[in-house]
Amino acid sequence: MSDLHERSPRSETKLLRLATAGSVDDGKSTLVGRLLYDTKSVLADQIDAVTRASVDKGLSTPDLSLLVDGLRAEREQGITIDVAYRYFATPRRSFVLADTPGHVQYTRNTVSGASTAQLVILLVDARKGVISQTRKHAAVLALLGVPRLVLAVNKIDLVEDPAQVFADITAEFRSLTGSLGWDDADVQAIPVSALHGDNVAVASDNTPYYDGPTLIEHLESVPVDSDNEGKHAVGLRFPVQYVIRPRTAEFPDYRGYAGQVAAGSVVPGDEVVILPSGTRTTVTRIDTADGELDVAHAGRSVTLVLADDVDVSRGDTIAAPAGAPEPIDQFDATVCWLAEKPLRPGTRLLLKHGTRTTQAIVGALVERLDEQELTSELSPETLELNEIGKISVRVAEPIVADDYTVNRHTGCFLLIDPAGGNTLAAGLVGDAIAAVELGDRV
Amino acid sequence: MTIDISLPEPRLQLDGTKFDTLDALESEAIHIFREVAGEFERPVILFSGGKDSTVLLHLAIKAFWPAPLPFALLHVDTGHNLQEVLDFRDHVVAKYNLRLHVAKVEDYLADGRLTERPDGIRNPLQTVPLLDAIAENRFDAVFGGARRDEERARAKERIFSLRNAFGQWDPKKQRPELWNLYNGRHSPGEQVRVFPLSNFTELDIWRYIARDNVELASIYYAHQRPVYQRDGMWMTPGVWGGPTEGEELQTLSVRYRTVGDGSTTGAVLSDAADNEAILAEVAASRLTERGATRGDDRVSEAAMEDRKREGYF
Repeated sequence: MSDLHERSPRSETKLLRLATAGSVDDGKSTLVGRLLYDTKSVLADQIDAVTRASVDKGLSTPDLSLLVDGLRAEREQGITIDVAYRYFATPRRSFVLADTPGHVQYTRNTVSGASTAQLVILLVDARKGVISQTRKHAAVLALLGVPRLVLAVNKIDLVEDPAQVFADITAEFRSLTGSLGWDDADVQAIPVSALHGDNVAVASDNTPYYDGPTLIEHLESVPVDSDNEGKHAVGLRFPVQYVIRPRTAEFPDYRGYAGQVAAGSVVPGDEVVILPSGTRTTVTRIDTADGELDVAHAGRSVTLVLADDVDVSRGDTIAAPAGAPEPIDQFDATVCWLAEKPLRPGTRLLLKHGTRTTQAIVGALVERLDEQELTSELSPETLELNEIGKISVRVAEPIVADDYTVNRHTGCFLLIDPAGGNTLAAGLVGDAIAAVELGDRV
Repeated sequence: MTIDISLPEPRLQLDGTKFDTLDALESEAIHIFREVAGEFERPVILFSGGKDSTVLLHLAIKAFWPAPLPFALLHVDTGHNLQEVLDFRDHVVAKYNLRLHVAKVEDYLADGRLTERPDGIRNPLQTVPLLDAIAENRFDAVFGGARRDEERARAKERIFSLRNAFGQWDPKKQRPELWNLYNGRHSPGEQVRVFPLSNFTELDIWRYIARDNVELASIYYAHQRPVYQRDGMWMTPGVWGGPTEGEELQTLSVRYRTVGDGSTTGAVLSDAADNEAILAEVAASRLTERGATRGDDRVSEAAMEDRKREGYF
């Protein structure tokens, strides 16, 4: 659609959201500590604290993982328990990094960290290569539609024939990511030593067989797709969060619909459809506290003022009429089950999609994915903690969703325990499993 | 490697073509405020008069413009605040016609519900009045200005952080936070602490203050003040005691990087009197704001985590 293209933001993206993934002890915390240290995002008092703690532990060099493992239990056990968010910047970009734990029981945190990531750094230990946890993480990242990967082959200084080891691991990994649907161009392999800083910020003399970018150079220059790009650009999706009705002397009749553009873009004068009701009207203004906008792209929080006095409330979606999704009350979905208590058919839950929370009932469990073999078991009796499967869902109020493989923001949902309120599952509208099995990613 | 400390473009570009880091952070915070307004019964904004809570309030007001802010403010007054900060708090409340609740540590000390600590530090004493105020007013969502870059334990916290009836945080039982779908479900008595500034860094905050021309308490800008040195920090004399013997009172050009209890928060020597000068100073600083000027965070390796577990922010 040329129209969408003309409306695309022209400026360079300066904020990259990324996550780490990998198995226990492959050095994720050290790599993250190294990224912070080498970008000078760590200040003297933090270094002092780490140096003191390292000396207390009897170490001769500062343990950079202590920069990031902030909880008592993490320091006691020397492992990362929960997702932590780190911030660093270079002259070219700012980075928000979700540092996720590798323990199998914390896979749900990997899902959390990767759900918003535009790029994931997947670590492997050069001595161990691609292991089952690597395959599992890659499968989860494929399902979640992570656009780009970095394979960081860590501890490369500890193997006998690093050039051969790096080549072998890279080839095996590319074969895996290729079968999961990533283009080779979207996967960058880099041999690193997080401990010594090889190829993190500074190109290493110890890796003559590697002539690619350092990790930081790659993160600074990797393209970041906006939601208006890519092969699946969709029109406006604007879930209404809140109705703004000042009822003040200055604004007695103002009525605006507040929300964040989830996909596409909007300009004043656009015809829109209110879903699920199907009412059509026109956007007259895009308001912000700073003034009216000429255009609002995906990601921008704004307030839309409509031409007609139509019935719109929280949970509704304002969409472009062309290609607008049909409201659905029964659909198939891929879920990653995140709770201890297994999922069984017939379970009643709450489903949160966009700004709408509605009652839901799980029908059949259609299939369960084996992330190692990328095969499915049909009609499983349960989905256990950290398992991924396809289910059928019925909701009390229709939702306005795109297929997750078409748009991450409008295709995702949560399943919530109506009793305790806990988040039980990450949900993807549509059959993301089939897409991964066919190697047909977003 | 140098980072961008240039003054950002003034405000938002109304032609909509530019969407930079500050725009992304602003839109995320506004989205969070509106989610809470849409899903909770009685939210409240914790407001200390510090720069983070001032930016928090500024974003909240923008989120609901042109309607009035649909939340009240809550200030936990330790009794050790700098007068300029209290004056600024009252000025902001009057300027935007806001509702303000004040919970006073002094009231608890007066009737014996709390006892002064031997070191005279009041920050840890805030937790009880805070939790009581939340319970008495039945607040179900409490906004705080905490940023994840402040401290290692804060880096682990969700944007929606569920707390039990005692206000306690259990880092091992956090809900996964997926996409931008925030789960605010809670049982009666539980509360959710909400942190819309989670993804801002200290430098982002200052760049945002400069871009949006956010009015701050005067103590953030260099000014002449009588101070004495203690533990490497420049302290202001006040009801919290000091200077004691050997601590010499001098009038120097200083500013504050954080606002906290007067007994533990120090000023830094500075001539930075405007946002541009402060941005340069923050970017060049080799100390974190807490390491430089917050005595209470130096107590132990896990000082912040321990206080959060007790119900503090």
